[in-house]
Amino acid sequence: MFHKLNNYINFSYIILDNINNEIYLIFKYKNSFMGCKMIPSAFSYYRPSKVDEAVGLISSLGEDARVIAGGHSLIPVMKQRLTDIKHLIDLSAIDEIKGIQIKNNVVSIGAMTTQVELINNEELFKVAPIIREASLQIADPQVRNLGTIGGNVANGDPANDMPGLMQLLDATYNLSGVNGSREVKARDFYEGAYFTSREDDEILISISFESPSGGYAYEKQKRKIGDYATAAAGVIIKVENNKCSSASIALTNLSDTPVYCDKAVDMIVGKEIDNDLLDQVTKICVDQSDPVADQRGPVEFKKYVAGIVIKKALKRAIEKV
Amino acid sequence: MEKINVSMKVNGKEENLTVEPRTLLVHALREHLEYTGAHIGCSSSHCGACTIDMNGKSVKSCTVFTPQAEGADILTVEGIGSPDKLHAIQEMFKEHHGLQCGYCTPGMIMRSYRFLQENPDPTEDEVRFGISGNLCRCTGYQNIVKSIMAAASKIRDEEKVNKKEIA
Amino acid sequence: MDDVKIPSSEERRSALSGLGTSRKRVEDARFTQGKGNYVDDIKLKGMLFGDFVRSPLAHARVKNIDTSAALALPGVHAVLTADDLRPLGLHWMPTLAGDKQMVLADGKVLFQGQEVAFVVGDDRYAVADGVSMVKVEYDELPVITDPFKAELKDAPILREDIADQKEGAHGARRHPNHIFTWEAGEKEETNKVIDEAEVVADEMVYYHRTHPCPLETCGCVASMDKVNGKLTVWGTFQAPHAVRTVASLISNIPEHNIRIISPDIGGGFGNKVGVYPGYICSIVASIVTGVPIKWVEDRMDNLMATAFARDYWMRGKISATKDGKITGLWCHTTADHGAFDACADPTKFPAGFMNICTGSYDIPVAYLAVDGVYTNKAPGGVAYRCSFRVTEASYFIERMVEVLALKLGMDSAELRSKNFIKKEQFPYTSALGWEYDSGDYHRAWDKALESVNYKKLREDQKKQLQLFKDGKSRKLMGIGLSHFTEIVGAGPVKNCDILGLGMFDACEIRIHPTGSAIARLGTISQGQGHATTFAQILASEIGIPASDITLEEGDTDTAPYGLGTYGSRSTPVAGAATAMAGRKIRAKAQMIAAYLLEVHDDDVEWDVDRFSVKGAPEKFKTMKEIAFASYNQAIPGLEPGLEAVSYYDPPNMTYPNGAYVVVMEIDVDTGVSDIKKVYALDDCGTRINPMIIEGQVHGGLTEALAISMGQEIAYDEQGNVMTGTLMDFFIPTAWETPTYETDYTVTPSPHHPIGAKGVGESPNVGGVSAFSNAVHDAFKPFGLTQAHMPHDHWRVWKIAKDLGLHN
Repeated sequence: MFHKLNNYINFSYIILDNINNEIYLIFKYKNSFMGCKMIPSAFSYYRPSKVDEAVGLISSLGEDARVIAGGHSLIPVMKQRLTDIKHLIDLSAIDEIKGIQIKNNVVSIGAMTTQVELINNEELFKVAPIIREASLQIADPQVRNLGTIGGNVANGDPANDMPGLMQLLDATYNLSGVNGSREVKARDFYEGAYFTSREDDEILISISFESPSGGYAYEKQKRKIGDYATAAAGVIIKVENNKCSSASIALTNLSDTPVYCDKAVDMIVGKEIDNDLLDQVTKICVDQSDPVADQRGPVEFKKYVAGIVIKKALKRAIEKV
Repeated sequence: MEKINVSMKVNGKEENLTVEPRTLLVHALREHLEYTGAHIGCSSSHCGACTIDMNGKSVKSCTVFTPQAEGADILTVEGIGSPDKLHAIQEMFKEHHGLQCGYCTPGMIMRSYRFLQENPDPTEDEVRFGISGNLCRCTGYQNIVKSIMAAASKIRDEEKVNKKEIA
Repeated sequence: MDDVKIPSSEERRSALSGLGTSRKRVEDARFTQGKGNYVDDIKLKGMLFGDFVRSPLAHARVKNIDTSAALALPGVHAVLTADDLRPLGLHWMPTLAGDKQMVLADGKVLFQGQEVAFVVGDDRYAVADGVSMVKVEYDELPVITDPFKAELKDAPILREDIADQKEGAHGARRHPNHIFTWEAGEKEETNKVIDEAEVVADEMVYYHRTHPCPLETCGCVASMDKVNGKLTVWGTFQAPHAVRTVASLISNIPEHNIRIISPDIGGGFGNKVGVYPGYICSIVASIVTGVPIKWVEDRMDNLMATAFARDYWMRGKISATKDGKITGLWCHTTADHGAFDACADPTKFPAGFMNICTGSYDIPVAYLAVDGVYTNKAPGGVAYRCSFRVTEASYFIERMVEVLALKLGMDSAELRSKNFIKKEQFPYTSALGWEYDSGDYHRAWDKALESVNYKKLREDQKKQLQLFKDGKSRKLMGIGLSHFTEIVGAGPVKNCDILGLGMFDACEIRIHPTGSAIARLGTISQGQGHATTFAQILASEIGIPASDITLEEGDTDTAPYGLGTYGSRSTPVAGAATAMAGRKIRAKAQMIAAYLLEVHDDDVEWDVDRFSVKGAPEKFKTMKEIAFASYNQAIPGLEPGLEAVSYYDPPNMTYPNGAYVVVMEIDVDTGVSDIKKVYALDDCGTRINPMIIEGQVHGGLTEALAISMGQEIAYDEQGNVMTGTLMDFFIPTAWETPTYETDYTVTPSPHHPIGAKGVGESPNVGGVSAFSNAVHDAFKPFGLTQAHMPHDHWRVWKIAKDLGLHN
């Protein structure tokens, strides 16, 4: 997995650091660490107005080029000089990847749609209310004004909320690169922390999913507003005659990728809903999680809280049915 | 370092800047345009002391590169009210002791400005949620919330008067 | 003058906006319009920027610093290392605690984030590039992060520069990593009492390392005017005069050629008292380049390298009779000072006023010993919104009282009440040597408990506990009590000095011909509103409306010498100086009035804003008239003008106190604590501005909430800082912060000219104990005696887990 990093960096080891949940590259003998945390290294700036233009720029400018969406994940990382971006391609002028369309029960959201646009869209709230519920728990008002759904799902940050949500919705990511367009299921997209199946030349164009039905809940425990999840779980569930007819469960920040709890889903569908079942389902989900210890707490704590959060989400979703 | 030209409107005035693309908007405002109201309190986009109003939204200007603001309509604390006629928010912050050291204040005021446009008649909880992107170390927020609630009331009253005058 | 109706004295008093009024702040005009003048707002012609290359390692030898690539960058002008500072003798600097500290790494580094080189360039962007291009080679050394391992026989020696010194600034050193041992009280007698006691509670109480984290980081602009030979430094200085004197001593620039200016400061909380390498390097760079140099650190620098607070391991033993009368207190503290002892304490008190740890209680005998040690962490510590070590002391005793109550099977509110110093006992000399000025603890306590309906709270708690035990709820209710006695207002010159500078303070007043005034103080506000409140003190003393008084601080060329603002000392010391200077003005005004009214000095009396003839009140002279007369009249025996200065040496410290109650609901499964109620009763003596007092209490409570419920500076075993940004360093937002109920009693200080004690830091002192005690109280029924702060989610969860509360 290291091959995807810029190969000129000479490093001793990579440590998944507790600070900001970012990967810290520690230079043992060469460069000075923590040189500056406020000002990125210099880059050239591009502002294409079409997807083709953007793709063209990425492929021609090479591996030192990077796209920027809302910037609220990327800019903090650039400030700490954890990346060495020489060409920054701003996607914000590309109108074709903005906006929310709902047609024949299929929701299509442009990658550059901001969190606040997701929250305020009444049509979207009617067909997929879980999105507003989850989005309101992301970061703070200012960040939600500029942060995009594309930025939240595309970089493989295990702490972001939208990837798990998209897996919950069984969303499809529409990518476009030099070799044309392709679709990747959200449930297949994440390979590891900061590693996804997106090729270097590809841009996320839009995200689409069928509007869900059933009860829903996005439950997130965090230390304060603005923090990533200590543990978060999303549930969408349909119950008929007290039996679960369909379900979807996904976890956030409890592994190096979002966790779609397929085993738990297989287990719950078709069963009679009672407390014991919910406990069993919860346990299966927790067993599928693999959280990392950090300042939020040790692994044991996170696993325990994951169980609480999952159970709460299940119960709330069932109530909403 | 190559520089680029960026045009934007700041506090009603057209500005043309020639800056390195990596120049953070907060630095462009503070150093190139000398609007030093927006402050820098952290390096991780948490504190909100740099909050301004950009294209009708509250934005942390430390997390925007200046060229991203090409063509933007920007309002900073220097652009609302005037020494002769303060904005209702500025008045109410003084009336209700909504500031102490003043460092978070421009960001708080600009956030309140937009928040009250989005939600002119908020509850206290809504205010607290609305300013959850702005940290303060001095006030414990209680008087800030009081100030914003009072400003909301004053603005609503002023609108009523304006509407009457127009009618 | 005949038909003009003279307003009543009440009306005239009200027009002054003097003592006791909620006068709106004069500072707000500029702050709400974005016209504050903070250090980073300063822009001077030709100004360059500087920033540091910092160590990634906590303990290492510096083998080589290669600055060539950095110097090759177009915008970079210079890179300073210790070698450049050595000829000036500035590669090390004295700390405020009698130690010395590296300005730039001199052969080794001792904490992560330590300053290694200073890059100077055109602007902060060029400097950032320069910093990233400096290549430093390190050889790692073993790291000490556990203060209890610092004095082991085979512990690595951190401070090789003083390894052979068996005497430190505060006495004998028994190990190279040992700094000082400080004792107070009666060791033998206390041990005897405790050994023979009926009941003893023994506990280790840890007050964890945290950081004042003001919203504005530290910084300065240093400008050496080579033409005039004058150095001017604008900076985030809570003690500008002390900085000037220290700067002169270490730079050999005569003190009259140094001007220190503290402009607007965005919060201090103790973080901005000390002298940091950034200031020294900026000054040197300015001298070398001949242009102004600006240094402003970022948040990570601030949290990693500037003065931390607390980190006191306090082992306590408290003894009592069976029916709850405390008979003795024993405390041994291990103080983790990081790599350099950069505590900002009065020199005779290397452990600050930790000996206030008998708290609000009448304890006949006590003993305190504090051992300071070095570790591979940032140097310090400072008094973060408290007086020196007072939060530590107060937390210690408030925890010991709770633990004792558990041992006795007594309600801790009752235990406190039983042991409070009684009103009649004031002034009270504590077993550890302080003379408390005044207090009526029982009145405050009773008022507090009644206001929160304490009885009902305990009943509710019982009900909630039953629900929990019945499996109907996973929440526990905690009631946190705290009664604190602070010791502030450092202090009497005979025992309080910072680096030899006595801790008096000063006020200088000049009345203008048309009756308005300017006053200057030796303190410096960082948000406390001095320009508003000290004008109120004066208004009441000299009868000039507060709005006619300009109040300035912070420019050492014009302000009278003072020791600055921290440890809640402004009101007790500078406030006293203000009142005294005002009285001198009034004394001269009396003579002028008598002269104008053609009577003897003793035949006039003061009436709010004027002197009138005794028995003939229609004959009077207002202060305005007197002011003009002082410029206009040739009065025999009196100099012209109307001006006074007072340098005030306080006879004692002041002792604000209070009673706080916090109610929490704790979820044992998630570790989340939901704060239901915060009640804070403060007694700060005479209340100058109730609005500002309330604001200070809100702010202090919020800092207390942060500290007790999650804020910490944490290190891993390699000395890496784990909480270097606001992601992990807990500052609550408006959402996490509750609504507070404030209340008060007034027990004036008998020795202060206006009876005021100071209040800015009380809420942090009282608050931390109240919040922490609430958490402990929730788990009392299950046997919890002590769980260390911070009480963040996972630690509270762990308490529940260890008590077997998870099924």
